[in-house]
Amino acid sequence: MKRIVSLKINGKTVDDVVPDNSLLMDFLRDKQGLTGTKKGCDGGECGACTVLINGHPRLACITLTASCEDQKIETIEGQSKSGRLSALQRAFHENLGAQCGFCTPGMIMAAEALLRKTPNPDIDQIKTALGGNLCRCTGYTKIIKSVQAAAMSGARQ
Amino acid sequence: MNKPAKTSLVGRPAPLVDGIEKVTGKAKFTGDLNTHDALVGRILRSPVSHGHILGIDTTHAEALDGVEAVITGKDCDKTYGVIPIAMNEYPMARDRVRYRGEPVAAVAARDAETAAKALDLIELDIEELTACYTPTESRAADAPRLHDNKPGNLEREVHHTFGSTTDGFVEADLIREETFDCAEINHAQMEPHAALAEYDAERDRLTLHSVTQVPFYVHLTLARCLDMDSSKIQVVKPFVGGGFGARTETLNFEIVTALLAHRTGGKVMMQLSREETFLTHRGRPNTQVKLKIGLAKTGKITAVDCEVLMSGGAYAGYGLVTILYAGALLQGLYDITNIKYDGYRVYTNHPPCGAMRGHGTVDVRHSFEAILDRMARDLNLDPFTVRRANLLQAPMFTSNGLMVNSYGLDECLDKVEHASDWAKRKGKLGKGHGLGMACSHYVSGAAKPVHWTGEPHAVVSMKLDFDGGITVFTGASDIGQGSSTVVALAAAEVIGIDLARIRIVANDSVVTPKDNGSYSSRVTFMVGNAAIEAARAMRAKLIDAAAELLDTDPDSVKCEGESFFVQGSSQSELGFHEVAIAALAKEGTINVKGTFTTPVEAQGGKHRGGAVGSTMGFSYAAQVVEVSVDEDTGQISVDQVWAALDCGFAINPLAVEGQIEGSVWMGMAQGLCEETNYLRGLPTHTNLTDYRFPTIEDSPPIDVQIVESIDPLGPFGAKEAGEGALSGFPPALANAVADAIGLDANFLPLTPDRVLEALIKLRRAKRRKEANT
Repeated sequence: MKRIVSLKINGKTVDDVVPDNSLLMDFLRDKQGLTGTKKGCDGGECGACTVLINGHPRLACITLTASCEDQKIETIEGQSKSGRLSALQRAFHENLGAQCGFCTPGMIMAAEALLRKTPNPDIDQIKTALGGNLCRCTGYTKIIKSVQAAAMSGARQ
Repeated sequence: MNKPAKTSLVGRPAPLVDGIEKVTGKAKFTGDLNTHDALVGRILRSPVSHGHILGIDTTHAEALDGVEAVITGKDCDKTYGVIPIAMNEYPMARDRVRYRGEPVAAVAARDAETAAKALDLIELDIEELTACYTPTESRAADAPRLHDNKPGNLEREVHHTFGSTTDGFVEADLIREETFDCAEINHAQMEPHAALAEYDAERDRLTLHSVTQVPFYVHLTLARCLDMDSSKIQVVKPFVGGGFGARTETLNFEIVTALLAHRTGGKVMMQLSREETFLTHRGRPNTQVKLKIGLAKTGKITAVDCEVLMSGGAYAGYGLVTILYAGALLQGLYDITNIKYDGYRVYTNHPPCGAMRGHGTVDVRHSFEAILDRMARDLNLDPFTVRRANLLQAPMFTSNGLMVNSYGLDECLDKVEHASDWAKRKGKLGKGHGLGMACSHYVSGAAKPVHWTGEPHAVVSMKLDFDGGITVFTGASDIGQGSSTVVALAAAEVIGIDLARIRIVANDSVVTPKDNGSYSSRVTFMVGNAAIEAARAMRAKLIDAAAELLDTDPDSVKCEGESFFVQGSSQSELGFHEVAIAALAKEGTINVKGTFTTPVEAQGGKHRGGAVGSTMGFSYAAQVVEVSVDEDTGQISVDQVWAALDCGFAINPLAVEGQIEGSVWMGMAQGLCEETNYLRGLPTHTNLTDYRFPTIEDSPPIDVQIVESIDPLGPFGAKEAGEGALSGFPPALANAVADAIGLDANFLPLTPDRVLEALIKLRRAKRRKEANT
């Protein structure tokens, strides 16, 4: 079965016909060309596909597109404004929070959800928020530093 | 080359030149490439560990609507393998299958659903054979032979003796021998494998985009397996989501994707699942180490006798290099005169092992450093004292012919001893808490590559054109380690221009010069040096032009910060564009190149296998690990790590720190929890839940200190930074656990179940001893 869904992706309304079994990750990547959302595992294990649904971090690989009717979806592509990096993007770039960069979009989206709710998180709060996002390159130290740097830059503004 | 001035670009933290793409989601990895017109490729894999292929019936699959091609082992009779003398694998099995998950057939179909259906419709007729899952089974007298030319399933044995271990053990005041069993592990890089192949049937041209660390090997292998002239092939490496050695060899799916594109005369995208990525494997083999060390009372090592048995899986792959590395890098860290090494690499009916970060050396280093610590305890010496009793004096050659030109281990030891407050805290943290330390090292690139052609080891070319832009072309594969950034920094530094003026074009065989690839931590040393040479050639052209404009001789012209001037002269400075226009006016677009060739004396001993382990410079590392151990559950938590690494010179300290943190962490993951598991050849670890490695919540702070010994041959004095610290972690962990709870663990990983079992045994032995006295 297919159905028409209407959702808001990075502020833009998108209406499309999707099969009932369409996963949000495939819809974003294959139909919308938003390949920043990554597939790192066979379902729900690595966090690389983390997007925000109504501000909450969710795994696009285990979310049905049809269940997102009228929801606000935010992906990594929606984070920069007028071509300029968001605070988290800049912090990850400047502090080497990204090495190979494959887990990075998911990391940044999970961290974005955290900072909106908790602008000045402590290390344990950062660790809890990113506990479902695996990274194989960094040992996580510079990821924590990046989130802290973004929080600091937010505090200055 | 001398250490650069403090005003330099190099030696300062620099974000990656390709970092913005990574944080914005714009970075295109292979699986992100536009595939609207591509067929979907899928691989059918062997359901048995060992068997004769009696027949593969593809007629039903071929008849399915939407299926464009079905291929099997019959469609490629060329073997492949990373070592030219040990190519014994087919892209899809022919006649025999040797592990569960080995490719036997493949389809290209219009969409994923059709491809999956087609796989179901392929009928396999396989006669199952007895399989060997352990080295003991493989070496049994009645074991089936996996490869006809390898009796006893022995892929390679190595026997090396340097000095006299007989004399050395006579000199020893203390001899200790132990055996260690280290589990097989996998790279588990975050990006699953993928390849995109396009075949132009009219022109007989093939283009492959892939996740490879070594596009050059893939290129050669495609030419061989598709029987094509290599000039008809283009290999492109897009952004790559980690490698750690998994992608150093050409992998079966890369060839299969190309074969499917060739068959269909079109474009095929192959995206492997995480499960298939695990099945493709090439990880660190299960390694059993029997090690005997002799020490004098001072802690000086008098003799080492080491026997290593590796279960390599079903095919040769990198195996012979792995087993050679294990022996060769017993040396190069400490001063050891008398040493004997016997290595055995055995075939088993498991997915093939290969190169993984710290190739061949990690499990042996683990065993060595763990025994050394126990012997320090026996001799009532501090672990640091024992290491310091065995330091090398650079420059020197080890007894197996390894060149050591720079050596910062002593400084690394001082730094971590001080930072961890070792003297005050070691042995005094209370029950369940402990400190442990260990040392390690790794090569800065193999001095002799496996595909030895006599060409330079690295080539970088550079173009200056009318726009004033300088484009640097490199075949070095940036896989997240920051190689493109190192090349850009080196170029800008030497020419004397802003980093922003440089663009990097990397990894497209049509455009960029050949590179031997990103493995054995060769890129900074070799490609860095080639970039410096190319930049000098470019600078010379600009300086010549500036000298003419300034009416002086080139030797007195300097370029700094994009300004050309005569030192000490009141003449006005010339800007970059002005000079570039003058230089271009003389000859048009300027193309220069630089190369790097390893010196002959760096290429190792003359004994068979002596090239493996040889390098221009070793990185050196020392680390201290602090743990808490719960004796009721066997659970270990790592509370803090202090690591120091001698990378010669940190061209980009930010990336060096990142590499040290990442390698220390990866050593921790192997030490604490990583292992593959098989149930009668069926891999049971093939997802990121069952294949465990630490999350951010389990990961400790890592205090990193960089030591700069300034290597005489390194670019700006630099050596490698991404592998050397890894192998020190597992032994530092084991030594910390011994300090915490008195348990000498002879296994990896130190999972709670293993630790608890060992603790129970230890308690029983203690009780028995008490009862008997």
